[in-house]
Amino acid sequence: MPKPASSGKAGPQPANPAQLILDGRIAANEWRLLPQTDEEAGITAESLAPGKVILPYSLWQPLRSALAPRKAEIGVWLDSDETADLIGKNAGELPLIAVHFPAFADGRGFTTARLLRERYGYQGELRAVGAFMRDQLTYLRRCGFNAFAYEGEQPLSGLLESLNDFSESYQAAVDQPQPLFRRRGLV
Amino acid sequence: MYRYDERDHTIIQERVAQFRSQTERYLAGELSEEQFLPLRLQNGLYIQRLAPMLRIAVPYGLLNSAQLRRLARISRDFDKGYAHFTTRQNLQFNWPQLEDVPDILAELAEVEMHAVQTSGNCIRNTTSDPFAGVARDEIADPRPYCELIRQWSTFHPEFAFLPRKFKIAVSGSEADRAAIRVHDIGVQIVRRGDEIGFQVLVGGGQGRTPVIAEQIRDFLPEEDLLSYLEAIVRVYNQLGRRDNKYKARIKILVKALGAEEFGRRVEREWEQIKDGADKLTDEALAWAKSFFTAPEYKTFDGAASDTALRAQADDDKAFSRWLERNSFPHRVPGYRAITLSTKPTGVPPGDVTDRQLEAIADLADEYSFGEVRVTHEQNVVLADVPQDRLLELWQAARKHGFATPNIGTLTDMICCPGGDYCSLANAKSIPVAEAIQRRFDDLDYLYDLGDLDLNISGCMNACGHHHVGHIGILGVDKKGEEFYQVQLGGSSSENASLAKVLGPSFSRAEVTEVIGKILDIYLEQRRPEEPFIDTYNRIGLQPFKEKVYAKAS
Ligand code: HEM
Ligand code: SF4
Repeated sequence: MPKPASSGKAGPQPANPAQLILDGRIAANEWRLLPQTDEEAGITAESLAPGKVILPYSLWQPLRSALAPRKAEIGVWLDSDETADLIGKNAGELPLIAVHFPAFADGRGFTTARLLRERYGYQGELRAVGAFMRDQLTYLRRCGFNAFAYEGEQPLSGLLESLNDFSESYQAAVDQPQPLFRRRGLV
Repeated sequence: MYRYDERDHTIIQERVAQFRSQTERYLAGELSEEQFLPLRLQNGLYIQRLAPMLRIAVPYGLLNSAQLRRLARISRDFDKGYAHFTTRQNLQFNWPQLEDVPDILAELAEVEMHAVQTSGNCIRNTTSDPFAGVARDEIADPRPYCELIRQWSTFHPEFAFLPRKFKIAVSGSEADRAAIRVHDIGVQIVRRGDEIGFQVLVGGGQGRTPVIAEQIRDFLPEEDLLSYLEAIVRVYNQLGRRDNKYKARIKILVKALGAEEFGRRVEREWEQIKDGADKLTDEALAWAKSFFTAPEYKTFDGAASDTALRAQADDDKAFSRWLERNSFPHRVPGYRAITLSTKPTGVPPGDVTDRQLEAIADLADEYSFGEVRVTHEQNVVLADVPQDRLLELWQAARKHGFATPNIGTLTDMICCPGGDYCSLANAKSIPVAEAIQRRFDDLDYLYDLGDLDLNISGCMNACGHHHVGHIGILGVDKKGEEFYQVQLGGSSSENASLAKVLGPSFSRAEVTEVIGKILDIYLEQRRPEEPFIDTYNRIGLQPFKEKVYAKAS
């Protein structure tokens, strides 16, 4: 088996900015994202502070049933080497799934998002976190992300424009389930 | 030829606007060098030794005369009046200014061209057979499939940030003229009974670790092309290595998993999407094919046309040589496909001037329904020339320097830009090409040698395909000095093979003599009519090695 790039504790962790883009608008971030660090690793269902929280997958997985009563305020984030099938059919019980881009060039998260939406029918908030950049927003949106916790330096207002760099597309994706070859000739 | 509709125009114009904004933000310091890099690369823009370099997409090598004239104008207005045909059937400008690139793209968009995904870690321009649609051995025309792949891959949101660049080639004939076995995915069109489908190969590539692709599917039905490609690229995007750029290509993943296991994973993924929206409908297939119908051929009596042509050839030795080397049989009686050679001695292979681009456009209009194809050997094909006009075409082509009768011979070499332009080069390659052309310019000798692929790269990135040359030359660096390694026995055909290193490398001054010795051994050892590659395969490396490295006595 080829080893995917190792991520985990040593790698870059997503930040949790105060504001984000949600459904095409700038909004306050109501969630607290826990990084994948040694301190967080010791957390138990009992010691987890109340409120909306996004847990790293590795932490959420063992705590999942213990946290079931708090379902509505527990989200999960997947690192770039954690594939969508790890959550798979359980996606439906999550109000938020975040996908981490440790570097903007690491494009695994695009596949993860599409699979969560298209294969596992995920309907909740799908949030891009990490080092993605403005010029990737259209692609991210097309793959099913509806929330963007941007860490870069540009003002969020400037980013809004880039969400729709393209008004038309050739291939099927989450935002447009019919490829252009099926739509040509219709209107 | 595919014609844009309004939606294609919208997409390409939105791209121009997007890139303009990206360039402005970069020049204003809002985008870092690091962030701008993948953006400009996905738009074919490299920063090179002397200037930026802009690679223009020529989908499966097909160009019309209006596009050629526009390219000529761009090379005049924004470059130094030169353009370069590449081994992936694209076209490159070597001297544009970064600030001008958005305007160049706007000019291209007007003639339905762009620079989308000609570089970067995304799905690149799909390549194919320059004789598509006219070759007699064709099972089906690959171009409609290439166009469908072009559309599917253009700004594919899931696959714009793959572990590494990704190249697809499609061949419609059994004879592989598209080098599909050295592509990340090679698609071979096959017919089973009445059904058209595809054999699918994966994991080929050149670069520093050359690999011949392996088959993962024997027969894929026609309608499943895009969903299957999507499954392959998805598996690669998830599992391809991202920790080491040199191990990130799909060939490394296929080797690590084994082609069988890789194929199983693709099939498992494909099972889930094969009946989805990417399944090609009959209408979609018919629509794609409608752009590549036969032009309005005249009806000729094939035998009479052949006889008349033979008589003309008998009268003129030079014309007959050109016919023999630079023409290719056509499926329509009374027609031929003609290769315009960009390889006269002393001109870097693939280089053309603005005037020459215009001349090619004129020739295409006059003799070949206004279209040409770029070949991966860096030449240009006029695919549909009536035989009764060949003499005239030859005379016209001669005037513009395109009639060198050397196609397929030693001097029709593939050569990368090398140290003269490329900042990655270990050595120059253009002067080596020129020295070889000068030394072996005797046509009788060249014809006696017959078909021979000589490929030169200035470094192990292998832009000049040295791994798959019958004779390959690779620039290497030895303590800051330029040296050349010679390799033998490569092929990019349906019997693809990788060349083997002959032995220690040579100085530039020695290269031509070494090639001479290699050719001597071949001429001594060959059986009647045996091509170089067959002789090599029969006798192996050793006799060549002994002769080349023999101590002077
Ligand atoms: C002058 C600027 C150029 C630069 C900086 C450049 C860079 C590279 C690099 C880094 C690779 C290695 C890819 C790998 O390791 O897999 C490569 C491969 C390649 N390049 Fe270039 N290149 C240049 C020009 C060209 C030109 C002019 C051509 C065509 C004549 C070309 C065609 C190719 C091809 C066919 C490959 C091999 C692809 C494969 O591995 O399958 N490149 N190039
Ligand atoms: S083979 Fe090397 S020297 Fe030649 S163009 Fe490619 S990167 Fe440059």
